[in-house]
Amino acid sequence: MAAEPGSKPEFKQRDAEFTTISGQEIEPLYGPEDVDPDLDERVGEPGEYPFTRGPYPSMYRGRLWTMRQFAGFGTVEETNERFHYLLDHGQTGLSTAFDMPTLMGYDSDHERSLGEVGREGVAVDTLDDMEQLFAGIPLGGVTTSMTINAPAAILLAYYVLVGESQGVPPEKLGGTIQTDILKEYIAQKEWCFPIEPAMRLVTDMIEWCTETMPRWHPVSISGYHIREAGSTAQQELAFTLKDGFTYVEAALERGLDVDDFAPRLSFFFNAHVDFFEEIAKYRAARRIWAREMRDTYGAKREESMRLRFHTQTAGVSLTAQQPLNNIVRTSLEAMAAVLGGTQSLHTNSYDEALALPTEEAVRVALRTQQIIASESGVTNTADPLGGSWFVEKLTDEMEAAAYGYFARIDELGGMVEAIRRNYPQREIADASFTYQQEVDERKRIVVGVNDFVQEDEEPTPILKIDPGLERKQTDRLAATRARRDGAAVESALAELKRVAATDGNLMEPIIAAARVRATEGEMIAAMQEVFGTYTESPVF
Amino acid sequence: MTTATARKIRVVVAKPGLDGHDRGAKIIARALRDAGMEVIYTGLHQTPEQIAETVIQEDADAVGLSILSGAHMTLVPKVVALLEEQGVDDVLVTVGGTIPADDIPELKKLGVAAVFTPGAGTEEIVDFIRAGATERHERGE
Repeated sequence: MAAEPGSKPEFKQRDAEFTTISGQEIEPLYGPEDVDPDLDERVGEPGEYPFTRGPYPSMYRGRLWTMRQFAGFGTVEETNERFHYLLDHGQTGLSTAFDMPTLMGYDSDHERSLGEVGREGVAVDTLDDMEQLFAGIPLGGVTTSMTINAPAAILLAYYVLVGESQGVPPEKLGGTIQTDILKEYIAQKEWCFPIEPAMRLVTDMIEWCTETMPRWHPVSISGYHIREAGSTAQQELAFTLKDGFTYVEAALERGLDVDDFAPRLSFFFNAHVDFFEEIAKYRAARRIWAREMRDTYGAKREESMRLRFHTQTAGVSLTAQQPLNNIVRTSLEAMAAVLGGTQSLHTNSYDEALALPTEEAVRVALRTQQIIASESGVTNTADPLGGSWFVEKLTDEMEAAAYGYFARIDELGGMVEAIRRNYPQREIADASFTYQQEVDERKRIVVGVNDFVQEDEEPTPILKIDPGLERKQTDRLAATRARRDGAAVESALAELKRVAATDGNLMEPIIAAARVRATEGEMIAAMQEVFGTYTESPVF
Repeated sequence: MTTATARKIRVVVAKPGLDGHDRGAKIIARALRDAGMEVIYTGLHQTPEQIAETVIQEDADAVGLSILSGAHMTLVPKVVALLEEQGVDDVLVTVGGTIPADDIPELKKLGVAAVFTPGAGTEEIVDFIRAGATERHERGE
């Protein structure tokens, strides 16, 4: 039936590459003899160790994934409007995109913020902004994800205080904050501090949330950005899980009990366009995490072993050429995420190779999820591709590849040391260069870009950010500064610095400073006085 | 100009502003190096002042500004103005990134020689920089 792996098939092949987008060779056919023995043990049941088939027995029969579109631009007014639009059109969770100054710890009126305010996300400087951002949205009735990393503790403090002002205590707040600082040094490149104090802050957040916010995910261990930077699927899987293990180790070193914090660790993966490779990646991720949590980190509760994740379809797969084609790409990618068992999903809009999405484009992206959920039938059964010889083989191979990377990273002394030595960064740079060469040489076809090109395309209308919004935001910030109790802010910032220089948990001092309207920039600058800053030594 | 003594074309690849998307910039930097040019990659989070200083200090023939944050209409004009202020008017300036079509004419009016948007081929970019920088060399002789 199946030929020897790598042997020439009996039939004539097309002149094309038969590899995944990550470069993995694929056989013409897979049969039962291609899969290693004892498959039942490795696959198991959904909701049971090793969770290959999914974290829950019922999967989408019990509950659909959360439809959670990443949104944010301009000031909090514009973003609040977009939040309401998305909720009104059927999305079931919120996801917040912040602008570059907010992500990098700069206030909107800092000289480095000029031209950047509100462009890549929403500008948030103080608690006043955060209150407006969630105007008309009861935080006790929705879960919110916030994509922010180095300043995450500050934005979490703002969210908790908005909840408080609405009468929702922290233990009732549900959602996720990204916080995953290791992948910043590796891929997304949004940092404020050197690695050690940054890791301390992550552990502070995990510790504080474990005690105070049992419904909250204090970290979203991410592969999305690693993949967007150009890694292969195997690298995305390996580097993400290794980052996760590193946070587990830090929390254990802090003295936390693994079964107390592990259930609220969450993950965030990319859904790229090579369909089956992605599905195998998610299944392998669950199996690896379960095994390591039980056998290496001593977890006893099932909740500590089961990996749950959010997915975003691959931004890098979108083309500026013939943008409507992106609806097709996003649909394939979303389908892969669903067949892979994602708990939450963002689908990209067709115009996002060019700009942040217009209302019309994001509506189509949301409808894509709704059509998959309501019309395609794939939600009727858990892990529909389980037992496919191809998918099980790919899952096994993905798992083996990840362990290969774990070994290399361990040889280097762990992930933090590997990052210092530029190991994951170099792997990513190499993989991205290889891919680009394949596209340039037309070994890999991207429709509309290096084949099926259209010379005279009508321009697509895109979202333009009104430059006047920057002034609106700086005016608003000036008003907050004028209104607040300056002495209280000084005192709170001094206390923040004092605690930063000890090994005390920083969440309470940050909340105290946030409450009196210290700005994000002021809090970050105060901590930088103690921690220092970070500059990378880039490799290309 | 004899090829035996011709100095390598020197290109600064720069990331202005807070933008952290460096995948494309790194690929171009490597491609230019593979094509025999001397490449100085500035790394991330460069102010326009830092970029202009690097271009001058490195005696660059060309500078490629990579920007995907939407802040290009603030940052690119600043870099161009700083170079002009410091009497540097023979450097080839190119821009790459998520630049809306509507903004390209204004960038070109400022003196940006080319804007490379998503989907641009690596060879096209390398050839353009080589041709543009060589032309400036020859004009300067």
